[in-house]
Amino acid sequence: MMKWLRRVMTVFVLSIAVLAGWFFFRRDHAEPLPVAMRTVDAAMLKDPVLIARGEYLAKAGDCSVCHTEQGGQPYAGGRSVATPFGDIPAPNITPDNDTGLGNWSFEDFWRVLHSGIGRDGALLYPAFSYTAFTKVHPDDALAIFAYLRSLPPIHQTSKPPNLRFPYGIRNTLIAWRLLYFHEGQYRPDTRQSAQWNRGAYLVQGLGHCNECHDTRNALGALSGRQSLSGGEIPAQNWYAPDLGSRQNGGLAGWSGKDIVDLLKTGQSAKGVALGPMAEVVTKSTQYLADDDLQAIAVYLQSLPERPMAVAPKEAFNSKALADQGEKIYAQQCASCHGQDGNGVDGIYPPLNGNVSVTEPVGMNATRVVLLGGFSPGTVANPRAYSMPPFAQQLSDADVAAVVSYVRQAWSNHAPVVQERDISKYRTTPVD
Amino acid sequence: MNLCAKLKESPNAISRWLSIAVILGLPAMCPAFAVDAAASAAVPIPDTLQQRIAACTACHGVHGEGSADSHFFPRLAGKPVNYLARQLQYFQRGQRRYAPMQYMVQSLSPAYMRVIAEYFSIQRVPYQQSLVPTLSAAVLQRGEQIVTQGNPATKLPACQSCHGRQLTGMEPNIPGLVGLPYDYLSSQLGSWRTGTRSSAAPDCMAQIANRLSPDDITAVSAWLASQRPPADTRAQLAGSVTPPLACGVLAVKGSGA
Repeated sequence: MMKWLRRVMTVFVLSIAVLAGWFFFRRDHAEPLPVAMRTVDAAMLKDPVLIARGEYLAKAGDCSVCHTEQGGQPYAGGRSVATPFGDIPAPNITPDNDTGLGNWSFEDFWRVLHSGIGRDGALLYPAFSYTAFTKVHPDDALAIFAYLRSLPPIHQTSKPPNLRFPYGIRNTLIAWRLLYFHEGQYRPDTRQSAQWNRGAYLVQGLGHCNECHDTRNALGALSGRQSLSGGEIPAQNWYAPDLGSRQNGGLAGWSGKDIVDLLKTGQSAKGVALGPMAEVVTKSTQYLADDDLQAIAVYLQSLPERPMAVAPKEAFNSKALADQGEKIYAQQCASCHGQDGNGVDGIYPPLNGNVSVTEPVGMNATRVVLLGGFSPGTVANPRAYSMPPFAQQLSDADVAAVVSYVRQAWSNHAPVVQERDISKYRTTPVD
Repeated sequence: MNLCAKLKESPNAISRWLSIAVILGLPAMCPAFAVDAAASAAVPIPDTLQQRIAACTACHGVHGEGSADSHFFPRLAGKPVNYLARQLQYFQRGQRRYAPMQYMVQSLSPAYMRVIAEYFSIQRVPYQQSLVPTLSAAVLQRGEQIVTQGNPATKLPACQSCHGRQLTGMEPNIPGLVGLPYDYLSSQLGSWRTGTRSSAAPDCMAQIANRLSPDDITAVSAWLASQRPPADTRAQLAGSVTPPLACGVLAVKGSGA
C-alpha cells in the first residue's frame, strides 16, 4: 500500500516537474557546434592520426566497459547498467548501418555526447554519463567518433531499457535534466596550471569519475558540483571512496605517485583497486599516458580536505566483537597484511589507513573478505598476487568481527559492522 | 586445510609435519602457522606462482587436489591444460556462471590464465574420495549403464566414448571425470541443461545433458563419484578416442578458444 502510494506521489511530483520543465525549458539549450565541425566529411574521419587519438580517448572514457557485453564483440553493446530504477542496456556503437551508428553524422554523435539527446530526438537516460561527457571538447568528440567509425561493424540490435514505472516514461527526464543536468563544455580555470586543468578535464569529463565517486540522491542524481566526495555505487554494493584528502575515508597521505601507481598498475603503496575500480584500471586508466595520469593526480590532490568522518559512538559495547576480530585477524590475515596492518610493499596492500577499509559503510572490506580476489591484472602487473575468499570459511559473525577490528585498529577510526550487515553481501551479484 | 588443522591442534606433530609442509609450500596456505613463524622473523613472501594464486588454492587445494570436504570444489590437478584455460575464459565471458569464480577471474589476462592452467595441469597428487549420497543399487546400476554404454533410445553416447575408458579424459581438451564430487558433477550437468554452462558450438555436452533426465543426472553423478580412480590417472593421449558427436572444443586445437 505504502509502495503504491509512493508511486502515485512520485508520478504526481514528476508531472508537476515536467510541466515546470516544459515551461522553463522551451528554448533550445543545446550548445551549437563550432561551424567548421557541422559538416565533417568522410575523408576526415579516415585520418589514422585522428582515429588513433580517438582510440586513446575512448579508453580514457572507458566506453567499451558498458558498450560491450560480457563475452561479446567490442562496442557492440548489450551490457546492462544496473540502476535502482531498472536495467539500462548500453547500445551498439559499432558503425553498423542498421543497428549501430553507421548512418550517423558527427552532429548526431555530438548531440548524444554533449546534450544527452538521441539521434531520434529521445532524451537519454543518464546511465549514459552525459552529465560528465557534456564537458568533452568537440575535437576530442570528433576523434572518438572517427575511432568508432573505424571499428568493424557488428550487426546487433540494441536492447530496450527495462525500467520500473514511472521511470520508463522518457519525458520524466525533462524534469530530471532541468534539475540535474548542466550542459556545457569544460571551461578551464585560469587561476590553475595547464596540468591541473588537463587533470580536471579528464576527471570531470571523459573519465566520468564523479559518476561513482559521489553520493546519488533518490532520483539517481549527483550533486552536480563534481565533489568526488565518495558514495555508494547504487545496485552494486561497492563504496567509491572520497578522492579528496580526507583523513580516514579519503586519500589522506597519498602522494601523486601513489595515485599514478594505482591508476597505472592497479595498486599503490596505499591500496589496491578492487570491485568496479579494478575494471576501470584494467580497461581504461592503465593505458593513459604518464602525463595524463600525473595531471589527474595533480587535480585530485587539489580537492578540498573534507572533515574527517568520526566514528559515531557505538550503541552497544563492541569490545567482544573487536576481540574476536583481533583473534581472527591474527589467524587469517596477519601473515599477509602484517600484525601492524602495513601489508607487504608491492605485494599485499596495507589495511592501516586503507581507504577501502575505512570508507563510511564497511561494504568494501566486507566484500573483499568474502570474495577475496586478485589485484587487477595490468601490463605493469601481469601476474598479480591474490587473496583467498573467506566466504565458505567464516560465519557472518566472524566476518563482522574481523572487518570491525580492521576498521578500528592502528590509525583507522571507522564504525564497526554488525553480523546482520554481512549476509546481503554474500548474495550481491558480481557483475 | 587438513594439514593446517593438524598443525594447529597438535603442536607436537609439528616437527613430523614440518618437512612435508615445507616441501608442499604449506606455510603460505596455513596463515596461523605462518604467523607463528613470523613472530620470530618476518617471513618473506615467496615470489612463486603458488603464492600468487592463493585465491585459487584456498578452495581447489595447493596442488589442485580439490577439497573433498566441501563436496563441491573440483579437483584441477592433471586436467588437460586447454580444458582448464578454456574454463577460466568461460567464467570471464559468462559462459560458465558461478559468482565467486566469475569475480575471481575478472581481470586476469589470457596469458596469466594459461599459466595458472598449466600449473594445475601438471600437478600429480593422490585422489580424495568425497561423500556420495546413499542411493539404491538400481540407481547406481543405471548410472554405470549410462557411463559405460549410453542409452540408444535417446541417442545418448556413453561417457566413456569421449572421456576415455578409464574416465581420465583425453589430452588436450577433454577433462577426466573420476574423482570429482557428486555435487559438482550433478550441478555441471544441470547447468548444461539450463544453459548456465556452455561451450564452443556445436556444444556437444549441452546436447548430451539435454538427453539426460534429472534422474539420469543423479545416477550418473553418483556412480562416477563413487568410483575408485585407476592406478594411472593421466589423461589419454591426444587423438586416442573418436568422439561420436561433433564438438566445437575439439575442432579448435591448442588455441584454448
